[in-house]
Amino acid sequence: MAISQMVGASIKRREDPRLVTGTGSYVDDIPQTAVVHMHVIRSSEAHARILGIETGRAKEADGVIAILTGKDLKPEFGAPLPVTVCFVPDKKYPNHYPIAIDKVHYVGEPVAIVLATSRAAAEDAGERIEVKYQSLPAVLDIEKAIEKGAPILHEELGSNLSYDVKFAAGDMDAALKEADVTIKQRLIQQRLIPIAIEPRGVLADFKTFSNKLTVWSSTQIPHFVKVWLAVILGIPESNVRVVAPEVGGGFGSKIRVYPEEILTALASRRLGRPVKWIEDRNENVKATHHGRDQIWDVEIAAKKDGTVLGIRPTQWLNLGGYCSQFGTFQVLGMLVAQGAYKMKAFDGRAVGVFTNTTPTDAYRGAGRPEATYLIERVMDLVARETGIDPVEVRRKNFVRVEDQPFTTLLGLTYDSGDYTTTLNKALEMVDYKALRREQAEKRKQGKYLGIGLSTYIEICGLGPAAATQAAVGVSLWGMSVVNVHFTGKATVIIGSSPHGQGHETTYAQVASDVLGIPVEDIDVQHGDTAIGPMGMDTYGSRSTALDGNAVHVSATKVQEKARKIAAHLLEAAEGDVVYENGKAFVKGTPSKAVTIQEIAVAAFQTSRLPKGMEGGLEATTFFDPTNFVWPFGAHICVVEIDAETGATRILRYVAVDDCGTRINPMVVDGQLHGGIAQGIGQALFEEAVYDEAGQLRTGSLVDYLVPTASDLPSFELAATITPSPVNPLGTKGIGEAGTIASTPAVMNAIVDALEPFGVKDVSMPATPQKVWALMHRNGGTKR
Amino acid sequence: MRRRVAVTINGTKHEHEVEPRLLLVQYIRDVVGLTGTHVGCDTSNCGACTVELDGHSVKSCTVFAVQADGAQVTTIEGLAQGTTLHPLQQAFWDEHGLQCGFCTPGMIMAARQLLARNPNPSEQEIRVGLEGNLCRCTGYHNIVKSIQAAAKVMAPGAERKAPAPVS
Repeated sequence: MAISQMVGASIKRREDPRLVTGTGSYVDDIPQTAVVHMHVIRSSEAHARILGIETGRAKEADGVIAILTGKDLKPEFGAPLPVTVCFVPDKKYPNHYPIAIDKVHYVGEPVAIVLATSRAAAEDAGERIEVKYQSLPAVLDIEKAIEKGAPILHEELGSNLSYDVKFAAGDMDAALKEADVTIKQRLIQQRLIPIAIEPRGVLADFKTFSNKLTVWSSTQIPHFVKVWLAVILGIPESNVRVVAPEVGGGFGSKIRVYPEEILTALASRRLGRPVKWIEDRNENVKATHHGRDQIWDVEIAAKKDGTVLGIRPTQWLNLGGYCSQFGTFQVLGMLVAQGAYKMKAFDGRAVGVFTNTTPTDAYRGAGRPEATYLIERVMDLVARETGIDPVEVRRKNFVRVEDQPFTTLLGLTYDSGDYTTTLNKALEMVDYKALRREQAEKRKQGKYLGIGLSTYIEICGLGPAAATQAAVGVSLWGMSVVNVHFTGKATVIIGSSPHGQGHETTYAQVASDVLGIPVEDIDVQHGDTAIGPMGMDTYGSRSTALDGNAVHVSATKVQEKARKIAAHLLEAAEGDVVYENGKAFVKGTPSKAVTIQEIAVAAFQTSRLPKGMEGGLEATTFFDPTNFVWPFGAHICVVEIDAETGATRILRYVAVDDCGTRINPMVVDGQLHGGIAQGIGQALFEEAVYDEAGQLRTGSLVDYLVPTASDLPSFELAATITPSPVNPLGTKGIGEAGTIASTPAVMNAIVDALEPFGVKDVSMPATPQKVWALMHRNGGTKR
Repeated sequence: MRRRVAVTINGTKHEHEVEPRLLLVQYIRDVVGLTGTHVGCDTSNCGACTVELDGHSVKSCTVFAVQADGAQVTTIEGLAQGTTLHPLQQAFWDEHGLQCGFCTPGMIMAARQLLARNPNPSEQEIRVGLEGNLCRCTGYHNIVKSIQAAAKVMAPGAERKAPAPVS
């Protein structure tokens, strides 16, 4: 770009005044008269046949309008809930309807809905509903689920195995033969509950005599929801409008078409009244999908100088009771598990299994945190086994700048990256050598300092369209409309749908630079399927790489038209006119300029336009990049373990991240802070636990520990900037990088701290109890 | 069996007949119509519903409306003066102390109480003081900075420079 003023500026977010005053409108805040409240009766059994649902007493309760079961609603489902290819085209999966018809497969699955005049009335009536179950044995464990004789969830599939596929290249057997060091390790990705602070909620309003449906949903994907509401309910897509109003966090948990979106819409169509459902936290922990829940077994071949020759990872994925819409997206982890390193062989296998648990799906990072945890633990395992510093092992194996664009064994090509520079910068920030000396000193005093590294890469910015169509089953691109109004102010419409990421600010910055219109005169609109042609929504750190660049391209098209209009107004040759800072003029005579405001007026006073030119000053773009984008960075975590209690305290957290061009550095840092905190949550605190009967034992925020302010340090951030060559702004994604990088940094630090005790691995979360036990497993003696 | 309650919220007196089991947060949101106070859990853990009740910060999901009978309640909507933000609101904006904004009203109300009790808190005191309020977006980093910034502005004797109104 010739002029860049706003891109790179940490301007304050225009979203914030309404949010800090409590005047933003989340789903539950939308005023609606005569609304009917929906309460969902959920399965109390993990695996059971529904023998009958007795609703007679409930129907007589005060305020009840209707009670509907799966059997009542089945004829109205034009299709089951969608399941996307996501790297496993031949997977087996059952039809999944928004409500159980005759069998339940996890605790929390909807079995009936109560519609009443108030939420309290609906819940009171729900107490009177009796569901008769025939309990079946439940299976919760990935490995047990595919043992012979295991209870089968979906009889029509013949077993609980959904898929068992290979992702391999190079000769792993040869690598093992060549190796001086071979290591086998099991790494557990415990099940996580996303916990967006706003639970989900839906308000559906069907207008009978116009056959039109409007749905407000706390979702990341209003456009996907629109399409599937149309398909499942049999309403023309043109008659369905979905709005994502203020959305109180997502982290992947609001990325799928959910049963309650269908159920509220169906109920509204039946009743001819608006129907609202607001999830409470008690429901949220089991009705909103979970994340992770994988076992990774890895075999490593390395040389004694620290060179990694190859790895053989197997990813065992717990899909839960059904295959969720993007349930196998986590297989992406297998595709990117090579990380920032060169090697000769990669022999991956991915296995997906059904169990009687809440379905799993994307959760911040979706596959990439798992991959990064694997490869970054691999680097530390090799370091420990060879006695070489983990920094040197990484340096030894790094893809170098001169190798870029680097193609991995599985055929993915990195767009750009300089892994040595981010690592050096992070090492400098922590003063690595001094830290190692301090660690040695402290050990003598019986204090256990640990230093953990994570030199991650990640894939994000999903498109390109052809690649995502082949791999995921959806063509992903970015969309924008840029429209300059009569008075020279502009509206930008985007196809992404933010929930905290600040798009209203950053995309105005992008358009402002191209058009020379002040940011405050550019309104960015989103999250409403009625306002743009189509969108691919927000997930996978894709918005800025796709929709942000789409804004840039649309604004550039508008600028080009403005320049043509200006040439006509100036009676100059088109080629002689330049456009800068919102003004067009003949090269060399900036004093005789026409402003964007004057050009905009002419664009609508169409008689003043060049012959044959249509009116208006608007452009639409479907932006399709040439590759994915690959952010990277180096994170270093310093912990101290309390020898008395086993508690981990994070002393320092240093992160050097490269996400290419930073449109609004303040917003980028904010994304990193939150992402790092979430990754620390997995390392230290969070774990969804089921009992043997399939009841969730961590069913509230009392038992499921989300990090609090006092659990976390302040973070020390720095940046390098390697613009992506695959889009005009040079941007990469940053929404998930913190989470992807931080979990292995923390765990590597803890394992490092426990080195004197001979500990080579600690399973997550590293609770004080677990760490203390590891320190005392030999009766408290070291080694 | 409904009970009559009179609650003064942000200086305005409200009187209603309510069910005894109605929670204060439901009263504020659904009866009075002030939806800035949010509900994020059922267990008093997340703090999104934090309001001030007779000068004390409370989680309004754990107080019955009838318990607030005769009380003075301040919610997030009561902080700004016209279009001029409260120093805490201004600081959260200035320091990027929020992302999705759902926890923010409760977070600001909790911070207000924290600063009332300890006008010049250390970083650690702020972090401990916020333990009852969960944020999933910010990692608390900029929330801590926001409260430090507001503390400076709100400190007794600090030069009161009124922030510019939100246009």
